Amino acid sequence: MLIWVIRRDLLLAMRRQADVLTTLFFFVIVVSLFPLGIGPEMNILRIMAPGVVWVAALLASMLSLGRMFSNDYLDGTLEQILLSPTSLSVLVLGKMFAHWLITGVPLVLMAPVLGIQYDLPSSALIVLALSLLIGTPILSLIGGIGAALTLGLRGGGVLVSLLVLPLYIPVLIFGAGAVEASTAGLGVDAHFSLLGAFLLVSLVLAPWATAASLRVSME
Amino acid sequence: MSINWYKYASPASFYFLAGKMIPFFSVAAVIFLVVGLYIGFFVAPTDFQQGEAYRIIFIHVPAAWMSMFLYLVMAFWAGIGLAFNTRLSSMVATAIAPTGAMFTFLALWTGAWWGKPMWGTWWVWDARLTSELILLFLYIGFMSLQAAIDDPRRADKAGAIIALVGVVNIPIIYFSVQWWNTLHQGASVSLTQSPKMATTMLAGMLIMSLAAWMYSIVMVLMRTRVIILERERHTAWVAELKGATR
Repeated sequence: MLIWVIRRDLLLAMRRQADVLTTLFFFVIVVSLFPLGIGPEMNILRIMAPGVVWVAALLASMLSLGRMFSNDYLDGTLEQILLSPTSLSVLVLGKMFAHWLITGVPLVLMAPVLGIQYDLPSSALIVLALSLLIGTPILSLIGGIGAALTLGLRGGGVLVSLLVLPLYIPVLIFGAGAVEASTAGLGVDAHFSLLGAFLLVSLVLAPWATAASLRVSME
Repeated sequence: MSINWYKYASPASFYFLAGKMIPFFSVAAVIFLVVGLYIGFFVAPTDFQQGEAYRIIFIHVPAAWMSMFLYLVMAFWAGIGLAFNTRLSSMVATAIAPTGAMFTFLALWTGAWWGKPMWGTWWVWDARLTSELILLFLYIGFMSLQAAIDDPRRADKAGAIIALVGVVNIPIIYFSVQWWNTLHQGASVSLTQSPKMATTMLAGMLIMSLAAWMYSIVMVLMRTRVIILERERHTAWVAELKGATR
């Protein structure tokens, strides 16, 4: 069932590629706006790069959260999923994983290119991509809770940002912190360990909380 | 003597119980406030380093304590409401949120007023300030989620989930912010190395905390009463109440 949910969501995303590309281009545009706002001073940009890329990744991941459940909710698929004998947490985990494949992985692949714009050294580019690789699944996992709670509400899109962004803060701190530590010549193990710990904790708790939220929203 | 707790879990009987409790706690709040302010302004000595400006701690510290404590209480009642499906618990949780948010805001605001003469700046990205700000965001998230949902039962449960998720996250956020702060650079000013406090200052602060506590109880009871009336407006006992006042 897990595989089935992932394949279904990926297929749906492939049929509607514009949605996937919108998230990616949003990410690229936001990151490219900062030099225009701040000025082309490379020394400042190099310092800001990790934070800017990570904040943009947070926003891009958050903007696409609405799609995780809302289409299924509108066409009634979600009700059938809730009725399914398979554990709802497992199905939700599948949807989260698909969300990450659709929105997170493109960001990971695109981030080094944007890092070059900010003149990051190549070692930092690798760290940036790796930190996003560990960090973006957490964004999809925590975001799922917000998406499930705001299902079918007025102004759900803005509301989800209020709910989810404060919870993203630890990921932002250690994701951007890893890149900063690497440019400063310090070890990045501690940051990656903490990101990994966050990933494991949210992997255990988030699908469960999201399943509970979906039950509340679908009553 | 055993008290039948279930009786007061019913909104109708809690409404009247709260009505009886409010005057008592209001009087306590006023007494503690007057005594605390008197100690704060007239008894406590002037700090030899900070001058008169330190007196803002008599508001600031109780507000900061209450802001954190009330979030836990709110999440506790929301969790009870979710687990046992008791309507009253969820109503209390909803009633706590605005007071908690107010204290969080007050702690930030008075902190800024204290920071300007002491540190020469309204705001520093200190670990405590940042986590207090994030706490305010969590309160706002809880309240706006509940406000966006029309069905009160769904609002209760959704609010409970986000409050509990917040409670799990608070320690993570707190330590992240603290480590983030030390990663960047040590704060040029530190609250932790404050000189030992005079006994009268501590007494004033504790009495002001009690005042803040009593005030919170009064506000929460009053707000719970309003919520009960709003949600039970179609029931017979509220109609009776309306008839009696008319």
